Amino acid sequence: MNEIADGSLEQMLLVPDARLAIAAAKAASHWLVTGLPLVVVAPVFGLMFDMSGEAIAALVASLVLGTPVLSLLGGLGAALTLGLRSGAVLLILIIVPLCIPALIFGAGAVAAVDAGQSARGHYSLLGAVVIFTAVLAPIATAAALRIATE
Amino acid sequence: MSTTTSRLRLYRFASPATFYPLAGKLVPWFAAVAAILAAWGLWLGMLRAPTDATQGDAYRIIFIHVPAAWMSMLLYVVMAFWAAVGWAFNARLASVVARAIAPTGAMFTFLALWTGALWGKPTWGTWWVWDARLTSELILLFLYAGYLALVSAIDDPRRADRAGALLAIVGSVNVPIIYFSVVWWNTLHQGASVSPAAAPKMAAIMLQAMLLMTLAFWAYAFAVIFVRARAIALERDNDASWAGAAVGRAHPQSEATT
Amino acid sequence: MIWKSASEFFAMGGYGTYVWGAYIVTAACMAIEPIAVALRHRRVRRELAAEEQRR
Repeated sequence: MNEIADGSLEQMLLVPDARLAIAAAKAASHWLVTGLPLVVVAPVFGLMFDMSGEAIAALVASLVLGTPVLSLLGGLGAALTLGLRSGAVLLILIIVPLCIPALIFGAGAVAAVDAGQSARGHYSLLGAVVIFTAVLAPIATAAALRIATE
Repeated sequence: MSTTTSRLRLYRFASPATFYPLAGKLVPWFAAVAAILAAWGLWLGMLRAPTDATQGDAYRIIFIHVPAAWMSMLLYVVMAFWAAVGWAFNARLASVVARAIAPTGAMFTFLALWTGALWGKPTWGTWWVWDARLTSELILLFLYAGYLALVSAIDDPRRADRAGALLAIVGSVNVPIIYFSVVWWNTLHQGASVSPAAAPKMAAIMLQAMLLMTLAFWAYAFAVIFVRARAIALERDNDASWAGAAVGRAHPQSEATT
Repeated sequence: MIWKSASEFFAMGGYGTYVWGAYIVTAACMAIEPIAVALRHRRVRRELAAEEQRR
């Protein structure tokens, strides 16, 4: 993150009780730049791969639910590895295992619909993961920011 | 007065000065217990237990596979616990113990995967399958690797301890999710994955051997982790008076040498 | 003992490669790890003792 290099992160952290807001805001902005475009573009890919209408809908739904999880966990990983040289590889190593449940349920939902089965179980589990992550990840990220900067 | 003394006595063990010699005394006992239980377990499992009707003698991998898998999961939880204690109470020794556990836990995870693959090939015909149980064990290996990589990448020991604790705690939240998804995943894809543990009730002698090996692995883990914790404690507190004294006491002749 | 000969024991009913492949790697890891850790501990002690001397 270049923000720590140019000191702007420290400026932001000067605001009292800012960490949680910063964590949430960073995750949200990351999703807007990565997850949202993916959601928008996915139907195009679905059509390219001859997916059925229902499967494409399932793909979009699972991406809408799943990509925020990736952004939230990415924020946590970035906060934990703030300022470290090993940067990207370490970040991936940390984040990948945490993202697996979301990936499994998301992919499972699409596969189920593609096979003509109900994806309701997958969606509920994916939904639970999203809620859980959305509530806890910013708190953990805020704690990681404190650890990294004190 | 008695409550203060008993509180004091507990906190004594939180000091490296007390932990170091105590751990040193316990290590040989744990090692001996590990060796004896392993010998007994292997004798039962490899020399006395009958050949399995369905799997032949390939099933004997169970006597190292299951203990390794159980230890891999148990050690992760224990590691996360001590890391959390170290963070919450600013107890450096707890963080040292957490760091000492990680490599051993990672090793058992690797062994669980390795022995599992060698068991799977002759029995299922494949080294690997993206079954929920195998996938979650692989994820556990990544969780250990992530923890180890993170704490090694941070130069400041206390920042490393705290960051590692946070990661370990987040990872341990992940673990029951993965484990429950095993159940849900299986019911969602009914019959799609075959459980390798679906063997009928084990013969008593097989169960006994497996439990002995589990206890042996547990004693082994204690011994290795205590030695590693002693080493790490010395490395970190190398300018503390207790460290010099602990080392000096065992090298009384150091004054005589040049 | 259920084995009638040593060669039977090593063959493991035809699954010898798998069984011994598993056991040998396990034994190797559980031998190397304690040795490596003990060496690390010994090295730290030696370095500390040398430092104590210099003081």
